[in-house]
Amino acid sequence: MQKLSLFTKCLIIFVVLWLFLRFFIGGVWSVPLPVSVISMYLGLILLAILVHVSVEDDRFREFLRPIKETLADDNRRTRCTVLFVLIPLVMLGLTFSEMSTKADPPAALRTAHPAPPDELTYREKVIGPTQQVENPFRHLEKDDKEAFKAHVENGRRVYYQNCFYCHGDDLDGEGHFAHGFNPPPANFQDPGIIPNFQESFFFWRISKGGPGLPPAATPWDSAMPVWEDHLTEEEIWDVILFLSEYTGYRPRTFGEAAH
Amino acid sequence: MYLTKHLNMSQSKNRLYFLLALLAMYLLLTVATVFAQDATDTEYRPFPGIGSRNAAWIAAQLHLLFGSFILGVPMFAVVIEFVGMKTKDKRYDKMAQEFIKLCMGAFSTTALMGGVLVFILIWCYPKVMNKLSGIFGPSMIFYVILFFGETFTLYLYSYGWDRMQGRVSKMWHLFLGVLLNVFGTAIMFVSNAWLTYQTSPAIMGPKPAHEAIPLHDESGAFIGTLWQAINNYTWMPVNIHRLIGNIAFGGAIVGAYAAFRFLAAKTQEDRAHYDWMGYTGNFIALCGLIPLPFAGYWLGREIYMFNQTMGINMMGSLFSWLFIIQAVMIGVLFIGANYYLWSGMTRIAGGEVYARFRPYMIAIIVLSVAIWMTPRTLIVTPTELAAMGGPNHPLVGLFGLMTAKNTVVNLIILTTFLSFLFYRRSGKTPTVTWRKAGNIIIAVTFGLAVAAIVTIGIVGFKVNTDFRVNVLTPIQVLVALAVMIVVTVIDLIMYRKAMRSSEINWGQMTDRSQYVLILLAITFTSLMGLMGYARSGLREAWHIFGVMPDTSPDAHTPLLADAVNMIAVIIVIFFALVGFIFWLGLWGDKKKEGEPPVEAEASAGDD
Repeated sequence: MQKLSLFTKCLIIFVVLWLFLRFFIGGVWSVPLPVSVISMYLGLILLAILVHVSVEDDRFREFLRPIKETLADDNRRTRCTVLFVLIPLVMLGLTFSEMSTKADPPAALRTAHPAPPDELTYREKVIGPTQQVENPFRHLEKDDKEAFKAHVENGRRVYYQNCFYCHGDDLDGEGHFAHGFNPPPANFQDPGIIPNFQESFFFWRISKGGPGLPPAATPWDSAMPVWEDHLTEEEIWDVILFLSEYTGYRPRTFGEAAH
Repeated sequence: MYLTKHLNMSQSKNRLYFLLALLAMYLLLTVATVFAQDATDTEYRPFPGIGSRNAAWIAAQLHLLFGSFILGVPMFAVVIEFVGMKTKDKRYDKMAQEFIKLCMGAFSTTALMGGVLVFILIWCYPKVMNKLSGIFGPSMIFYVILFFGETFTLYLYSYGWDRMQGRVSKMWHLFLGVLLNVFGTAIMFVSNAWLTYQTSPAIMGPKPAHEAIPLHDESGAFIGTLWQAINNYTWMPVNIHRLIGNIAFGGAIVGAYAAFRFLAAKTQEDRAHYDWMGYTGNFIALCGLIPLPFAGYWLGREIYMFNQTMGINMMGSLFSWLFIIQAVMIGVLFIGANYYLWSGMTRIAGGEVYARFRPYMIAIIVLSVAIWMTPRTLIVTPTELAAMGGPNHPLVGLFGLMTAKNTVVNLIILTTFLSFLFYRRSGKTPTVTWRKAGNIIIAVTFGLAVAAIVTIGIVGFKVNTDFRVNVLTPIQVLVALAVMIVVTVIDLIMYRKAMRSSEINWGQMTDRSQYVLILLAITFTSLMGLMGYARSGLREAWHIFGVMPDTSPDAHTPLLADAVNMIAVIIVIFFALVGFIFWLGLWGDKKKEGEPPVEAEASAGDD
């Protein structure tokens, strides 16, 4: 059996890794990967292959040999002709599929986390600087465990009366209405949501909802209601305590290292 | 025939003059309105053609790029000169001198760009400059004194090189080099105070919260002291970040210079010399690049602590995509630097024994870069979004979190360090009896460190952010640094009396590796431009954040696409100017080759 050339080996590795990303990672193991991610990873794989084959001159020559032979060797004229027809046809197909009108809107760059205003307010009342405002009931966690538990329970009641329709009964963003929204509601079980923000941030997001999102880094496309019109200040703080207690993630604080 | 050709040429010349005249008239008409009005009391004066912000942007970025180069180069030039003196190897001395010659070429351009920037700022932003000079006036006088000091020290250091070659005078020459660095660093620290103050006009409060204490009252009047304004919240992190960045950037630019000279070299001797210089430049750039992410992390943390809104805007909102581009760029830097090291091992007989590890190292680096580049919120179509069940992919979405990114950065750094270790060992055989044990210790140290870094990274997903930021991430960094120190010490002792089985064949490098050096310099420059946009853009519509609003027509934050275009233009101008300086070096040498040898030159080096 003829030994495979380095070029063919590299091509096989590339295709195998593409299949791995497309069908194993984005199928067997997990949900499908977006095209943007697969393209990015394939670009890196191609770069890795080129780095590997081009460090040494001998290896690089060996890698290029089949390409040169295909282009210059008379014995490979058929292969050359087929490739010269096939490559433009593939490019044509790709261009056509890219340019043709689709029902699906194009992919968009989105930012996930809006920046809060400097000042935290509830209705018209100024609570204080967003960065410095703390949950007024957080200290009960140490000082009065029973009272703290009561606030968490109140938060649970508020959540299941108002929030769970979208954010889900397990706080994972899988509520009844979730699939009607784009982007979907926040998943509080995701390790990147609760630990990254202060409680004052969540107070701002809950109280002001979609209409209160900042003008920068738009579009936000949020259907979140303005909850300060429906909930008291205490209820909002309580529901934040519940989110943290239920998921086990602590909102971010600044200053002391360990808790 | 001659006549026709001549006529054609004069016709095309006339056409050119006509076009130039039209262009001059257009420019005059554009600027005429600016000069036609009394603008002595206005808050803003428009810059003709490209607008005030763009004019200031171009001048500031070019000044910063040249400034970074001329501050970075003397730092390692003086170290290389010292190495030359200690080893009595004249080649080091010659290389250090060549670096300083490049510095001299760039020095006047830096000053020129600084002057242009000041004129643009005074002309276009008089009120802002009035406010800043009102607060920082005394430091500006200090800056001028430092500038005089730096200029004359550089002149003495450069022009005195050949004369100060005696034993005692060499010491004085080295002292001048150190003094030059002291002046240069002090200049940078002073000017950093002005721009960091614009971003964070507050001082750090006491522990543990480190609350930002503003330096202005409600009306915007300054209520602090000059020192408080200088020592503002982000001053020191920016100082340290830039100090290290200057070394990396200076190394990358001299590496590109060496690559240019290598590719243009006609003799084997020249190729060998510039190959060695390119290697040194890349080594210096790597030395700067390795600690740079840590310094950047500290700066980012301080920005978050100064103002959460600013921090979220930087990493999660307004500028978040910029950091994905940054990850791509830094990935290119690390892959490029490693590629150059691996290419370098091919010029050492005996280096091939380490080639078997290369595919695994490439895999680790590329996998780490892939994780680093993966955004938290993916670019998806609505169909893909529905298929994923949310904007964050359950698997690769985790790569978007900082704990994953910090982990892979440390792995990239350790792998790069391993590449360098292999390079250093190539062509050498240790003679110590405990070499096998030494290698086992090194391998186990690496293994344990990688296991620790990955474990900490995984734990980082479950702990609270404060604990991760303040405890886990510093431990990861310390583990990586400790491994590098421990392994370097063991390796140095092991290879101190090593047998050299072959010499390094300087000059036997592929042209590809030289283009990689040039790519590294371009990537560094692009990164500085992009991060400059982020640092400055974080203020949003404020000249001084929270104190002095920007009410000019340019008050909006430019789109990422516009910023990238602008930075591309700046990079083209910068490399055109740098290319001219490189060409001057080549031109000067060519001229020298035609002249009879001068005695002074013979003493400059033996290369």
